Amino acid sequence: MPEIVTLRDAIAQVIHDGDVVAMEGFTHLIPFAAGHEVIRQKRRDLTLVRMTPDLIYDQLIGAGCARRLVFSWAGNPGVGSLHRFRDAVEHGWPNPIEIEEHSHADMANAYVAGAAGLPFAVLRGYAGSDLPRYSDRIKPIRCPFTGLELTAVPALRPDVTVIHAQQADRKGNVLVRGIVGVQKEAVLAARRAIATVEEVVDALDADFNACVLPHWVFAAVAVARGGAKPSYAHGYYERDNRFYKEWDEIARTRESFQQWLARHVTNGEAA
Amino acid sequence: MSQPLSCTTTEMMTVAAARRLRNGVVCFVGIGLPSTAANLARLTHAPDIVLIYESGPIGAKPSVLPLSIGDGELADTAETVVSTAEIFRYWLQGSRIDVGFLGAAQVDKFGNINTTVIGPYDKPAVRLPGAGGASEIASLARDVFIVLQQSRRTFVEKVDFITSAGYLDGGDARARLNLPGNGPAAIITDLCIMEPEAGSREFVVTHLHPSVTREKVVENTGWAVRFASQVVETDAPSEPELMTLRALLQRTAEAHARM
Repeated sequence: MPEIVTLRDAIAQVIHDGDVVAMEGFTHLIPFAAGHEVIRQKRRDLTLVRMTPDLIYDQLIGAGCARRLVFSWAGNPGVGSLHRFRDAVEHGWPNPIEIEEHSHADMANAYVAGAAGLPFAVLRGYAGSDLPRYSDRIKPIRCPFTGLELTAVPALRPDVTVIHAQQADRKGNVLVRGIVGVQKEAVLAARRAIATVEEVVDALDADFNACVLPHWVFAAVAVARGGAKPSYAHGYYERDNRFYKEWDEIARTRESFQQWLARHVTNGEAA
Repeated sequence: MSQPLSCTTTEMMTVAAARRLRNGVVCFVGIGLPSTAANLARLTHAPDIVLIYESGPIGAKPSVLPLSIGDGELADTAETVVSTAEIFRYWLQGSRIDVGFLGAAQVDKFGNINTTVIGPYDKPAVRLPGAGGASEIASLARDVFIVLQQSRRTFVEKVDFITSAGYLDGGDARARLNLPGNGPAAIITDLCIMEPEAGSREFVVTHLHPSVTREKVVENTGWAVRFASQVVETDAPSEPELMTLRALLQRTAEAHARM
């Protein structure tokens, strides 16, 4: 049973330098507060896994936490580029990062395989695409029954998955509502998991088939009110689309990014 | 007949793209221009169209356009919201998508799409976002429409990187892969509409938008573009199409400026 702990303790106890960390949330419920705590605790050499790196990994990459990025779509949705990601890939700033690139269908299937205890996933994927030529983690496989050529990709098994959700009850059972993305699969694929939540309630008002993750799959559950901003938490606050647009300017230069980081995340300390 | 309304080339492109969606089709929607066109279709001639977004909403009916692929209004207005894994496994891979609607950074004469890199993969001049849902949409949706602004930079002889397959090297190259999807049926731009020629599968101009010349299309295409034997002029946007589009964009701008 996870204790309801502080966010600081959750990150300190569960995420270590060099870990493979997935912070999931498909546009919705992105665990920004947890990401900022990782930056403040100066984690280094992380392999960051996320279908859409979004602003959260732009920030972690720019702050120097990442050694490697596993992803399937690295843009600022509806706005443009992730400038810190591009600066790291194109110019090695603040440190070079390796990238491992997939498609959405591939990563979603790879989380499912990880959650299901399988070593790899099978999909009808990448037909005619150049990506398999540049990746040793996308390979053809023949169906033993029909002879059909399909694609195999290794299961995703993060050391730690971090999600944000609307509510936990006092035992630490976690309710995710709305666009649930791949959070359930990513939590069950991980060796350890952290949930941050908007609030702790006496009882979850959840229907039979609601997405409730039982307390015993988490290493830690912490309250982080507003912890998904500037993404959103359905039923609590909307997506801050204006900030997503402003990020394009903030992240465009190293200087403006570092000023933002010092002011809003590290409170003046160097990251 | 009344005088055609004056409209921008982007409006013409969006209206032309929307018209390609028949009422009742199940459409997997990319963000940006495809989402604008699909929602315009839903608000005009195709009220029963089913819009599926990769984040999980099925049957979304947003009153304003989402900025991201997973805005809350998509979930609020959907018939059901499923997991992202389910969207790709059961709905796309399970052959339940009639139309995939894609944008592109680069497209070539065989309708191959690049959204990965400009320049070599290992040392890119420009690093683009990558595949997202597009590579599997391009191979698994029954039909694909591509919508993007036309220029020599975006319409190239051969893409630097095939993220999402069109007709590959042309001819029967795609057919040999035995894919469930038929491949791109049209590229809709701000100047014209191109469709794949029978046999070669090279995209040729089939429609010119009003007041666009052949020379203008040639100037803005990076390959020696050819024209179908019969080139039709695209109907200018009707008043209801244009008014609906402008109202949609106005509501969207107001909603995204709030917060």
